Amino acid sequence: MFYVTMLFQYMSQYMKTRLQYRTDILVEFFSDLLSQSVNLIFILVVFGHTDLLGGWTRDEIIFIYGFFLVPYAVFSAFFNIWDFNDRYIVKGELDRILTRPIHSLFQIILERLELEGLLGAITGIAVMIYAGSRMGLTLSWYDPFLFIIFVIGGALVYGGIFIILACISFWADARTSIMPMMYNISNYGRYPINIYNKIIRFVLTWILPFAFVGVYPASYFLGRHELLFYSLITPLIGVVFFTLSILLWNQGVKRYRGAGN
Amino acid sequence: MDKYLEMIRIRFLMMLAYRTNYYTGILIYSINIGAYYFLWSAIYGGKEQIQGLSIAQMTTYVAISWMARAFYFNNLDREMAVEIMDGRVAVELIRPYNYLVMKMMQALGEGIFRLFLFSVPGLVIVYFIFPIHLTWDIAVWGLFAISILLSFFINTQINLLTGITTFFLFNNSGLIRAKRVIIDLFSGLILPISFFPVWAQNVMNYLPFQGISYIPSMIFTKGFTAQHAVYAIGQQFIWILILIVPIQLLWNLAKKQMVIQGG
Repeated sequence: MFYVTMLFQYMSQYMKTRLQYRTDILVEFFSDLLSQSVNLIFILVVFGHTDLLGGWTRDEIIFIYGFFLVPYAVFSAFFNIWDFNDRYIVKGELDRILTRPIHSLFQIILERLELEGLLGAITGIAVMIYAGSRMGLTLSWYDPFLFIIFVIGGALVYGGIFIILACISFWADARTSIMPMMYNISNYGRYPINIYNKIIRFVLTWILPFAFVGVYPASYFLGRHELLFYSLITPLIGVVFFTLSILLWNQGVKRYRGAGN
Repeated sequence: MDKYLEMIRIRFLMMLAYRTNYYTGILIYSINIGAYYFLWSAIYGGKEQIQGLSIAQMTTYVAISWMARAFYFNNLDREMAVEIMDGRVAVELIRPYNYLVMKMMQALGEGIFRLFLFSVPGLVIVYFIFPIHLTWDIAVWGLFAISILLSFFINTQINLLTGITTFFLFNNSGLIRAKRVIIDLFSGLILPISFFPVWAQNVMNYLPFQGISYIPSMIFTKGFTAQHAVYAIGQQFIWILILIVPIQLLWNLAKKQMVIQGG
């Protein structure tokens, strides 16, 4: 309960600081929108020259992309730890975090909230509605609930992977550029998994399971029942990876020795 | 002139000191090339050709346009924005050189560094992973070299323009991000211009962006005939001349009404 009130405390503080600079939020939203539309334009232009991409239609690909944007938005609002090494380890900021009464990882998440990232979810849902209505998709009463569960699952997969990567800095001191690399790999999950070769498919499913952020859960709503098994284990994969990352984090924090003075 | 050459040299040496950062850069570019390679393979399906490009040419196009990006890409706009915002630009302006030329030379030093320590080894690595066709035709390489140098200048000029807008907007981080996205799309980096619908191609013909990536990459993949290649290089050259005008205008205007922030 204490954690929940803390979350809302931090959220309201965050809103106050951000709403001071309203134009900033607007500009950021539009440049996000612009980069998302570049990906859409890519899909639209490509389907001017082909009818199917690995057996998937234009609207299906657009739907998958729209779905991908939602868990990604949740991830980018809450898990802003890509500069964890610089900010907390090298500068020794983690000392301060460890004196706080809540779990260290939770404290960092609270400090690094970027709630405007959630706006991307609106774009994603709009894209899904556009593609879905073109295909005449119908929803059952339980689909919205499954959608929320899948989104949480996907966000946990993302969060788990990036927390695990952040944990590397507890063991290795060197600056790594693994984080930007992982952002690029995560883009692979936006497209149907069957266009990749076997090794990449395996990696995207079991090792860096970015396919569970986009194509697997989205294919449930598209009625692609050959992937049903993968769709349904999305929340499980999310919970497993997130739990793993927290266990690793707890081990890592024990090893932390501060950064001199 | 000597001082500008010295700028190139110093920036090159500066980059050399931090060369380890670049090994992961090659990996990141290879990951991107891989993503587009699989996408394009699926898009081609069984098709022999789309818009006159075969799948082999398309793979080469993707690889060369990313590796060329390492040469022409720079963060000049962001660097300028920082210098303008914290007031350092005031000191730069009293130094005995042209600020804009100096910036461009620094970027060139950086570009040359990346050409030799990023693009060349990167291309070799990518050559072994993906089915890429490198040509042995000296003429193609020559035209490509000229074209890519010109694309550096076009891209850098656009960066200078974006950087100068900081004088007027004070905070232009949104504009800088938007510019990067627009260049990725309209320069032909992620998609050859010839794939766009005809009306969009007509619009882009009147924009400088295709001179950044599309023209050198098409020359390299032999998507252009020799005649077309020479014509396209001429087009790039004209754009460089045209872009000087707004840069000079805005620069003079900026110097007149400059407000030094902080300092």
